Amino acid sequence: METRSTNIARRWFLQKCGVGLGSVALGNLLAAEGFAKTDPLAVKPPHFAPKAKNVIFLFMAGGPSHLELFDYKPQLEKFDGTLPPKELLEGYRAAFINPNSTLLGPKAKFNKYGNAGAEISDFLPYTSEIVDDIAIVKSMQTDSFNHAPAQILMNTGTPQFGRPSFGAWTTYGLGSESQDLPAFVVFSSGSKGPSGGNSNWGAGFLPTVYQGVQFRSGGDPVLYLSNPPGVDEKLQRESLDVLSSLNRMRLDETGDPEINTRINSFEMAFRMQSSAPELMDISKESPETLEMYGAVPGAASFANNCLLARRLVQRGVRFVQLFHEAWDQHGNLVRELGKNCANTDQAAAALIKDLKRTGLLDETLVVWGGEFGRTPMVQGLDTTDGRDHHPNAFTMWMAGGGIKPGMTLGRTDDLGFNVVEDGVHVHDLHATLLHLLGFDHTKLTYRFQGRDFRLTDVHGKVVDKLLA
Amino acid sequence: MRSTTLHLALLFGLIPLVGSAQQVDFARDVQPILLRSCSGCHGSGQQSGQLRLDTKESVFHGGASKGVVKPGDAENSPLYRRIAGMGSQPRMPMDGELPAEEIALLKRWIEQGAPWPDALSDAAEAPIPHWAFFPPVRPALPAVKNKSWVRNPIDRFVLAKLESEGLQPSPETDAVTLLRRASLDVVGLPPTVEEVDAFRRKDYSKQIDRLLASPHYGERWGRTWLDAARYADSDGFEKDKPREVWFYRDWVVNALNRDMGYDQFIVDQIAGDLLPNATQDQRVATGFLRNSMINEEGGIDPEQFRMEAMFDRVDAIGKAILGLTIQCAQCHNHKFDPIKQSEYYQILAFLNNSNESNVNVFTPRQQRQRERALAKIEIAEDQLMAANPDWPQRIATWEQQSQADVANWEVIRPTVRDISTGGQKYSPLEDGSLLGQGYAPTKHRVEMTWETEQRDITAMRLELLLHPDLPRGGPGRSIYGTGALSEFEVEIAPASDPTKREKVKIVEATADFNAPEQELQAPYIDKSGNRRVTGPIEFAVDGEKDTAWEIDAGPGRRNQPRKAVFRFEQPIGFEGGSVITIYLSQQHGGWNSDDNQNNNLGRMRLSATSDASAHADPLPAEVRDILAVAAPERSQQQQRKVFAYWRTTVPEWQAANDQIDPLWSQHPEGTTQLVLNEMQHPRETHILERGDFLMPGEEVEPGVPAFLNPLPEGPRDRLTFARWLTDKKSPTTARVIVNRIWQAYFGQGIVDTPEDLGTRANAPVYGDLLDWLAVELMEHDWSLKHVNRLILESATYQQSSKSTPELISRDPYNTLLARGPRFRVDAEIVRDIALQASGLLNPTLGGPPVHPPAPDFLFQPPVSYGPKVWDTSTDENRYRRAIYTFRYRSLPYPMLDAFDAPKGDASCIRRSRSNTPLQALTTLNEPMYMEAARALAFRTLEAGGGDTHQQISYAFRRCVARTPSKSELDQLTTFLNHQEQRFEAREINPWEMLGTNPGFQNHLPAGASPEKAAAWTALSRVLLNLDETITKE
Repeated sequence: METRSTNIARRWFLQKCGVGLGSVALGNLLAAEGFAKTDPLAVKPPHFAPKAKNVIFLFMAGGPSHLELFDYKPQLEKFDGTLPPKELLEGYRAAFINPNSTLLGPKAKFNKYGNAGAEISDFLPYTSEIVDDIAIVKSMQTDSFNHAPAQILMNTGTPQFGRPSFGAWTTYGLGSESQDLPAFVVFSSGSKGPSGGNSNWGAGFLPTVYQGVQFRSGGDPVLYLSNPPGVDEKLQRESLDVLSSLNRMRLDETGDPEINTRINSFEMAFRMQSSAPELMDISKESPETLEMYGAVPGAASFANNCLLARRLVQRGVRFVQLFHEAWDQHGNLVRELGKNCANTDQAAAALIKDLKRTGLLDETLVVWGGEFGRTPMVQGLDTTDGRDHHPNAFTMWMAGGGIKPGMTLGRTDDLGFNVVEDGVHVHDLHATLLHLLGFDHTKLTYRFQGRDFRLTDVHGKVVDKLLA
Repeated sequence: MRSTTLHLALLFGLIPLVGSAQQVDFARDVQPILLRSCSGCHGSGQQSGQLRLDTKESVFHGGASKGVVKPGDAENSPLYRRIAGMGSQPRMPMDGELPAEEIALLKRWIEQGAPWPDALSDAAEAPIPHWAFFPPVRPALPAVKNKSWVRNPIDRFVLAKLESEGLQPSPETDAVTLLRRASLDVVGLPPTVEEVDAFRRKDYSKQIDRLLASPHYGERWGRTWLDAARYADSDGFEKDKPREVWFYRDWVVNALNRDMGYDQFIVDQIAGDLLPNATQDQRVATGFLRNSMINEEGGIDPEQFRMEAMFDRVDAIGKAILGLTIQCAQCHNHKFDPIKQSEYYQILAFLNNSNESNVNVFTPRQQRQRERALAKIEIAEDQLMAANPDWPQRIATWEQQSQADVANWEVIRPTVRDISTGGQKYSPLEDGSLLGQGYAPTKHRVEMTWETEQRDITAMRLELLLHPDLPRGGPGRSIYGTGALSEFEVEIAPASDPTKREKVKIVEATADFNAPEQELQAPYIDKSGNRRVTGPIEFAVDGEKDTAWEIDAGPGRRNQPRKAVFRFEQPIGFEGGSVITIYLSQQHGGWNSDDNQNNNLGRMRLSATSDASAHADPLPAEVRDILAVAAPERSQQQQRKVFAYWRTTVPEWQAANDQIDPLWSQHPEGTTQLVLNEMQHPRETHILERGDFLMPGEEVEPGVPAFLNPLPEGPRDRLTFARWLTDKKSPTTARVIVNRIWQAYFGQGIVDTPEDLGTRANAPVYGDLLDWLAVELMEHDWSLKHVNRLILESATYQQSSKSTPELISRDPYNTLLARGPRFRVDAEIVRDIALQASGLLNPTLGGPPVHPPAPDFLFQPPVSYGPKVWDTSTDENRYRRAIYTFRYRSLPYPMLDAFDAPKGDASCIRRSRSNTPLQALTTLNEPMYMEAARALAFRTLEAGGGDTHQQISYAFRRCVARTPSKSELDQLTTFLNHQEQRFEAREINPWEMLGTNPGFQNHLPAGASPEKAAAWTALSRVLLNLDETITKE
């Protein structure tokens, strides 16, 4: 793979931009020299025919409790208040609790839904409506039990900072289909920002053009999108015209093709100034749609972000990631889960229904999940209503884009402590998602510091059982 | 082994990357493939099929086929047939086929006659045949035809290559472009119009002198080093709290400005604290290694993240100094370079013995202030002594009496209830004390239990102790190294029924420090609205959560151990044993636990006694320790400390004491800096299986990789390691830094992977030039300015950067250097250009980071994890150079982020250089850019000359230095006039655009209407957005 710094970001969406390409001679030369090939965001074919073109990752930051949402454990109820078996805790490391913490029975009621009778708790009434469209994986495993490293692991394949995110790998591998929006868009909702910060959507050592661009649900969706005070659209246009003209003269003078890229960057910025607000304006969506999501025009919410994710994918944005940091229930488990599910359940389910209705689900991979699960043991000083971080087992679900719908994969032990069947490590998840995007995860590599790096490092196996 | 002949042979083998007839180089291209991919089964250890591919003899004559390479005939060479998958036999290598380009390379090598130098006959015997693993030797200057073009030896190397490639150097660039280029390169700022006007081509070398002597040189080049040093002003990870490390940043800038030798520059940063009589500066320099991120999220294992920081430090040394990917050997032996995993941990062992210290530091001015305050106190004490000549007798009497106070204390080792710590770790130390680590909640009540058979316990003592890992040495965890104890509570239950707890009544609390009552100040405000106070020790036993025992004695005196004793109403202890529960309530922090607002105790130790009259020894621990030394053996300084305490106890000296005490308020607060601080007892370092800190393997001693230069004489400590790094025999150290300097000037290094000069690096076209520069650096006392000057003076540098289609086609990346560099400048310089061009730039050097405008929402959830402080500068600090902008790792400053400034997560020595719409939105719409546009417009109207053309030309030149062409002038004039008409027609309200810049009274320039000023602002905005403005041409 290309590593030269000068080759980085030769151009952003050069090929089909609506402006002239500067001097025709140079344009031809560039084409002849294969410069178009080095446009870092040009659409690239993956290794083999993909099932999915786009990804929407609903990142439930903080670590949702699998034991209250998806993974019903009657035995845990039975042994509530007793110590877990000693051998279970051998070598186990937790963030806060000690080995004397007792088991805590599930704080939710479960029912069976869908054709396959998937178990879903009462916390997730809307998710229970889409179980036939999603694959639930109850056997997720990770390595880290602190938020920042575990989030970074889930998003970059390693708990150490500095590596490219899944979204960056995806845009690096596939390029961008959008002419006037970034290829990788990030939203954040909930009570906090994600623990791993912007490294969760960083480019690591990949060229920075592949990093996620953070959008905001209110105000300017992108930083500095609006014209400054005193600049109307006409002045902006005329400023760009004179800029382009002067830049083109400089291009003729110096012959540096980079100037061409600059002209195009400015033109795309201008287009983004109208396309991004248009994208963000959900008031034109039908009342039914808004209602389905629970979205309110002008509000900042996970529900709005879910609807925006669908609109982004419709406009060719490759990778959308919604962070909702809210799920760290060390205490007040019941109350907080209730709140979080009320804030997210309806919209997440609506997204699946909406994508299905619009035919986008076939080519869009939707992933729901956090960085780890929660302990079967109680945590709480004065209450018996909290759970600590738990890396050994947790639940995620995915849908669309080649995922086998209506299935449940994997099983945990009677306490929901360890995976006993069909374990899916984070690396395996990555391998599988890349597979659906058309990549052999061992071959999507980037040479850095003499080594061919990949999202799955030296791990990962595709989980065939999840494939449609 | 390291013979010069061999080395030169390697150098002469270097082959251009670009060019049609690509001659394959055996050492560079072929042998690494054979060694890497084949010799595992066909090498010294194993000889499958009786074939070795690591010896010349075997390749040409060995195996069943009596040789697997037929020179000139790849198709019939078994080696090629097997790796290409031809024929019926299994394809090689067995564990996965070679990449297509390697197969093609081996094919070409065979077709070119399979040359295999005799010197490399046997790879097992020879050193790794890689040029960068031998120390550089000064190569001979190559012969050139066009001697008149050559200005210095750099040009000989470049011209010789160009001539051999049939290329001409580009013509010399014009004077204005050259001055702007050199200014941007050396000081990171464009030249002023006056500098351009005064410049004559023949004075170029004087300009080089001026630029290299400018203090802005250190800012511009310091920033590139700070990338490598992964500098940022916050901790990273979830909390990403602000940290004070700007002394280190300023140290870098100053060291470069002084042209400190690069060897010393490195030694100070790796081991400044270990130098004899280390100065504050030398200690500050060790902040280089401390720039690692710190994870203080709740529930972490501090040792895990200490090791992560160690890995980060090895990585930084590898990238920034050695140019080798040593971090690849963290989990296993290096796959490509001869670095063993054990050697990785041997390097780590040098670094593994430091405390993670945060110390008080003072600016030179504060240092003087401090000395003055201390001197005044000393003089006052001298006067006291002089006025009371009998003081030695009196102090001796006092000393004897004070010995009697010491009670018999037994240190207890209670168990901390994990769940009660609010996420803070209480790590037990050997002496029975507990060290607060990790997350620091601003409010918590830690619960500890102690099971004891002891009875008649009359009192408990709480000692607050210093520790090098605590802020300013402790004893607390607040940013001042202090803490507050809100409440001390004890419960007791019989061992037979631990749930039957009863509160133990405390009737007396004594302490060696008691402060008057005072209300909490920032950073401890909790927004509760309650009156929260600190004061004497009684506040810790009054049952009031809003009162606490204060241990902070103010600047200069606050970081000392403290103790308190709590006496019970009745002696406690059940027959048959007791479970005693102790609560240390710490409720006096601020509202935001995700910021530096804790007021927690740092290191604490509990003891118990059955002494009936136990009370806190009033003597400070330090004085008590000195008293243990027989008076005649005490140093003068020690005796002085005893006096300083004793005088406060003499009742009739009250008046004198009351005069001395306020002098302490003149002691400066100082700043803090993260530094290294060697431990008294070094840690053991083990190989970690798969790099996992939970899987320690064999123990290792400090050491260095065998293939590099040997460790110099001396103790195996960090200082010797630093000297090893900067040994002239180091094959990579000098090459790495000159390569990076080259990269900054030309956009790419001579080796285009400056972080990796190992076997995987592309062989450089100008490897001989790299070596020449490396030797030149070392032979000129490692002077970086010398290398800068050589580059600046070369004809190579002074070429025009104009490209032609032919040149682009022949050499798209300018690897051959047949033209000058042209590329967009680094993020910080993009911003500094706008500030300089507009005249807003505040050129002040150094000091705390500043907060130029940024959108508020960035610093609040859900964008930020927790609420962060960003007090936007409204004074002159708003327009400081971008190197001084505060850097949160998790929330990079948007403008700098858009232009590829690294975040500081990891060492970065090669930035991306992207060109995106987000950059365009930034320079078009960011508020600071509008402020710059306004300022440029106003300045132009005031000072730009008489007519419009002169004025446009003036503004234009402030941005790009050169004078605009007629056509450029015409277009800009048309634009200006048109906008003025629009403003006049009130299509836009000019006042909207003319909003003033905060902190500055912007009055319209004399004689300018608002319409005119607004139109000029629009024009200035265009100029600031030109590609040329942010590009070095």
